[in-house]
Amino acid sequence: MGVSGDQEGFVTSRLSDGIAWARKWSLFPYPFVTACCGMEYMSVSSAHYDLDRFGAAWPRFSPRQADLLLVVGTISHKMAPVLKKVYDQMCEPKWVVAFGVCTCTGGFYDNYATVQGIDRIIPVDCYIPGCPPRPETVLDALIKLQAKIQAERHSLTGSVVDMRKG
Amino acid sequence: MTEVLTTSAAPESSPVSPKPAFTTKDMLLNMGPSHPAMHGVIRLVLALDGEIVKSADVEIGYLHRGFEKDSEVVGWGQVFPYTDRLNYVSPLINNVCYAMGVEKLLDLQITERCQYIRVLISEVSRITDHLTCIAACSMELGSMTGFIYLMKAREYLYGLVEELTGARLTVSYVKVGGVKADLPEGWLERLETALVAVEKEIAEVNRLLTRNRIFIDRVKDVGIISKEDAWSVGFTGPVLRSTGFARDIRKDEPYLVYDRLDFDVPVGALGDNYDRYLVRMEEMHQSIRILRQCIKQIPGGAVRVDLTGRPLTGAEMVDSAKMGMTADLLLRTVRPDPTLDGAEKSRAHLINADAKSVVLPPKEDTYGNIEGLMNHFMLIMEGEGLKPPPGEIYIANEAANGELGFHMVSNGEGRAYRVRCRPPCFYLMQGLEKMIVGDMIADVIATFGTINMIAGELDR
Amino acid sequence: MSESPTTVHPAIEKLRAQFADAIIEVHAHRGDHTVVVSPERYHEAIAFLHNDADCSYDFLTDLSGLDRIRLHESPRFEVIVHLYSTARNDRLRVKTRPADGEAPTIASITDIYPAANWPEREVWDMFGVRFAGHPNLKRMLMYEEFVGHPLRKDYPVNKRQPLVVERPVHDTHQPRLFYI
Repeated sequence: MGVSGDQEGFVTSRLSDGIAWARKWSLFPYPFVTACCGMEYMSVSSAHYDLDRFGAAWPRFSPRQADLLLVVGTISHKMAPVLKKVYDQMCEPKWVVAFGVCTCTGGFYDNYATVQGIDRIIPVDCYIPGCPPRPETVLDALIKLQAKIQAERHSLTGSVVDMRKG
Repeated sequence: MTEVLTTSAAPESSPVSPKPAFTTKDMLLNMGPSHPAMHGVIRLVLALDGEIVKSADVEIGYLHRGFEKDSEVVGWGQVFPYTDRLNYVSPLINNVCYAMGVEKLLDLQITERCQYIRVLISEVSRITDHLTCIAACSMELGSMTGFIYLMKAREYLYGLVEELTGARLTVSYVKVGGVKADLPEGWLERLETALVAVEKEIAEVNRLLTRNRIFIDRVKDVGIISKEDAWSVGFTGPVLRSTGFARDIRKDEPYLVYDRLDFDVPVGALGDNYDRYLVRMEEMHQSIRILRQCIKQIPGGAVRVDLTGRPLTGAEMVDSAKMGMTADLLLRTVRPDPTLDGAEKSRAHLINADAKSVVLPPKEDTYGNIEGLMNHFMLIMEGEGLKPPPGEIYIANEAANGELGFHMVSNGEGRAYRVRCRPPCFYLMQGLEKMIVGDMIADVIATFGTINMIAGELDR
Repeated sequence: MSESPTTVHPAIEKLRAQFADAIIEVHAHRGDHTVVVSPERYHEAIAFLHNDADCSYDFLTDLSGLDRIRLHESPRFEVIVHLYSTARNDRLRVKTRPADGEAPTIASITDIYPAANWPEREVWDMFGVRFAGHPNLKRMLMYEEFVGHPLRKDYPVNKRQPLVVERPVHDTHQPRLFYI
C-alpha cells in the first residue's frame, strides 16, 4: 500500500480511522452461548437494553460470517476444542469478548471440569466480569471494545495490526 | 453423504426394464454443540434420510461444571450460589428446593411468612422460566416479535426480583432456615402492577401465536410422545402433563403452603409441541393466580419500624464502639445498610426460623453484641457452620421443568458429604430421541425449543 | 438409624416376605424409607417392586451413586435408586452395594426401567461402577479422554485434564493447591 516501515502517512491514517469507524459500528457477533450469561445476553439484545443501537444486533451463527466472538458462559474442558475450532474458523479481523467471569478466570468453578479463563485457549480483547454482568456492563464493554477497534490500525488489504501479538 | 449407485441395466424410461437398484446411506448431521437453537450446548448427531431423522444420538456434558463435587468442598450454606446456576432461568426454585432439603435434614420448621415468601418467589421464577422458553422457541420458529414482547415482560419481573434479592439472575436469596431479607415496603403492590403488565404481554403473544397458521403448522403433530413412553423414560413437569398425565408435585405431595392455594394443573392431550406450548401458557396464568392469592394471604404484612431518637448507620455505630464511645449507644436504634433492607432485627423473627445454630443473626446483633458476633462467626468460618445430623434425605419440588430433586447425605460435618441433584431436563433429554425420530430436521428445532432444556441443570 | 416399629412400610414388608435373605438393612429417616439389598438379588428385588401389584413402583425418580470411603464403610460404592408409585403416591429408596474390587459391577435395571439408561451411564462416568447388561455404557458428562472418575473422594477437586494445549497466561496469584 505504499507505506514503508513505520511511516504513517496522512491518507493511510485517515483511511485507517475510517475503516475502523465502519468496523466498530457494524460488528457481527457470534454469540457462543453456553450458560447463565446467555440470559443476560438475551436481555441485552432485547428492547430494554438495546444492542441494535451499536450496530451489533444481528448475530451471525456461522464463524465464517462473524467478526466478534462473544464467548458467553462457562467453557468446560469438553467444550474447549469446540471453542478453539470456532475461533480458528473466523476470518480476520476478529475480536473476542470474554463475557462473564467464568470466561475471564473460570469464576467460582475452580474444579476439574472448567477452563480457568478462555484466554488460556484463545486471545481475548475485552473482559466483562460479573456473574452474570448487568446489561449496562455489557454495553460499557462494547463501548470500550469500539474504542479499542478505533485505536487499531486498519488497512484496505483487510489486515489489522494485531496489538495482541505486539 | 448420500450415495446413489445405479445398475447398468436398461434406462428408467423403458417400461419393461427392471427398477434400478439404489444403494443409499444415511447422512450424519452434527447439530451443536455450538448452535443457535441448541439453547446452550448439546450435541445431536442425527442420521438423516433426506430430511427425515432416522435416529439421533444426544451427547451432553459440554457444560459440566462440577456442581456435585464443589458442593462437597464448600459448606452447606455456601452451596446456594451453585444452585442458582443450575436452572438459571428460575434460580429461586433451585434455591428453595435445596434449602428445603437441608431443613429436612435438620428437621427444622420455618415460619409461615417465610413459606409464603418462598411460594411467591417460586411462582415468579416459574413465570420467568416459561416466558424465556416460549420466547426462545418462538424466536427460533421465526417470531422475533414474540421474543421481544416476552423479554419485555420478563424485565418487569427481573426488576422486582432485583429489588427483593439484589440480583436479576443469580440471586442466592434463600437461606437455610429462612430467606435473606423480608419483602421491601410496597413490593407486593409493585408485584400486582407487574403481573397486570405481564398478563397483557402474554395476551399479546397469545394473539400472535396461538391461532397463527404458520405457528400451528410448525408445532402441531410434531414431536409427539405418548403418555406411557413419557412416564417410562422419567419425564415430569409440563412435558409430561402435555401428554395427558396429570402429575404435579404441588398437588400430589404438597409442600410449603401449596395446599392452601387454589390452582389448576393444565393437562394436554396429544403430547406434541403445540400441547406443550399451550400447557406452558396456561401454567403462567395459573402461577399468576397463585401469586394473587399469596399477596392476599401472606401473614405479617409490612412491618412499620418505629424509630425513636436519631438513627445511626451501622458503620457509624461500629466505629464509635471501636473507639470505646459506647455510653450513648445504649437504647439507640441502628439502621442497617440499605442492602440489608428487610433483614433488620424487627423483621427477623418473621422470616427466619428460631435456630441459632443454623440461621445468621440480624446485623444489629452481629455488630452490637458479642453473642451475635460469635454466632455469626461460628456459622461462617471454615470447618464450622451448620451441621446437620448424619443421615440422608430426598426432597422434591415442582420446578418449572418438572421434578427437581436433591438427594443429600450428611455425615455430621459442616460440609455436605454428597449432594445429588435430580435434574428434570436429564430425563427429558433421554426421551428426546423418541420425540424427534420420524420428524424432519426443522421439527427438531421446534421440539427442542418446547422441551426447555437448560444446560446448567442438565450437565450440572 | 434403627428401624422404628411404628413406621412399617407395606412395600418393604412385602419385599421382606419375598427376599428375606437379600435384605441387609431397613431404616427410615425424616420420613424417607430406605431398604438396602444385597447386590446378587438387586435386579430381582427391583423387578419385584416394579411388577408386584401391591408395590407397583412404576416410576424411577433417580439413580445415583455414593462413595462411602470417608464414612469408613465397606463396600466402598453404593448405588441408590429412588422409586415412586403413582397408585399409592409413595416413594421408596432402594440401595445396593456392589462388591469392592478393580471394577465394581452391579446389574443394570434398564430392562425394568428404561429411565435408568442415562443415570447409570452417569454413575459409571462419575464413580466407576459398571452396570452389567447396560446397552451403551459410555461416559456421560466427561469426555472419553478423561482419566479417572471425578466424584470419587480420592479425585482432587481441581485436578484438570485439558484437551486443548493451554496458552501461557501469567497467573498473578498462586492457584489453590490440589486438595481432596
